Amino acid sequence: MAGTALRGRLTWQLAKVTAVAAETASVRTITLDVPDWPGHQAGQHIDIRLTDEDGYVAERSYSIASAPGEPVAITVERLDDGEVSPYLTDELRAGDDLELRGPIGGYFTWEPADGGPLLLLAGGSGVVPLRSILRHRERAGSTVPVRLLYSSRTLDDVIYRRELDQPAPGVEVIHTLTRRQPPGWTGYARHVDAALLAEVAWPADALPLAYACGPTSFVEAVSQALVQSGYPPLRVKTERFGGTGGA
Amino acid sequence: MDALDGNAIGGLLREVFGTDMTSAGSVCGTCGAASQVAELAVYLDAPGTVVRCRSCDSVLMVFVKIRERTCVDLLGLAALDT
Repeated sequence: MAGTALRGRLTWQLAKVTAVAAETASVRTITLDVPDWPGHQAGQHIDIRLTDEDGYVAERSYSIASAPGEPVAITVERLDDGEVSPYLTDELRAGDDLELRGPIGGYFTWEPADGGPLLLLAGGSGVVPLRSILRHRERAGSTVPVRLLYSSRTLDDVIYRRELDQPAPGVEVIHTLTRRQPPGWTGYARHVDAALLAEVAWPADALPLAYACGPTSFVEAVSQALVQSGYPPLRVKTERFGGTGGA
Repeated sequence: MDALDGNAIGGLLREVFGTDMTSAGSVCGTCGAASQVAELAVYLDAPGTVVRCRSCDSVLMVFVKIRERTCVDLLGLAALDT
């Protein structure tokens, strides 16, 4: 199945929106029915194409939020000056058509055979492909130990909060809230840097595998800090988002 | 705008090369730095799509779409291996 997901020409096709669910005030998860979907790997993305009445076309990439074997879902954060995301978060309804192609990407992916321990580092909506990895791990019965360090601006900006509050056995979820913290907050309240990673990350001699996804500045900071702490660069996979992202 | 990375053009690259290129290896023709394509710096908002080396900032690849045709310039690369 991985082979069919990676090889061959990509074709644009129409999918049907089956559900739109609110994750936060500005984030929606859109579940899709994609005819003849070849299956995807955890961490892959799809391209979405919107065409307006004048024929103007805008394309964007969105990470797949669901695990392999689940219906395709994407989680989209509204960027106020965006061309595509406000339509997806505010206008799109169940029953609508959406043009897409995919699955795409063979680098930022994880399979149980890749092992671990896993260090997942999320800045804002960078948590989306990491959530696919977490669900895949659980559905596949993998017992690889996982630490997810998730940086958000405020508690209200945390995506998948209820799901992450009940992690599967072997999964630790560590939040940091960079802008505002609720009364009584005992978690981290600062940006992810080398000092925070030294407290949270698996030691390099445990041969961990790290996945960092978020805004460019977040990914650069955490990946450099991990490599300086002894992680081999090839064991630190990165994916940078364009948006401000919330971290 | 901040640079993205090669993941962001996974779809475009598969359109051009017919296979996944994000985990392909690349070698910069200027400084010799080796990197997986997913790690390269990508600018989507340049005229066309511009891919640069993270070590020396040289332009490695340029993709320009004109109607249904994609023009590809790979002159900055010494090697590209799937």
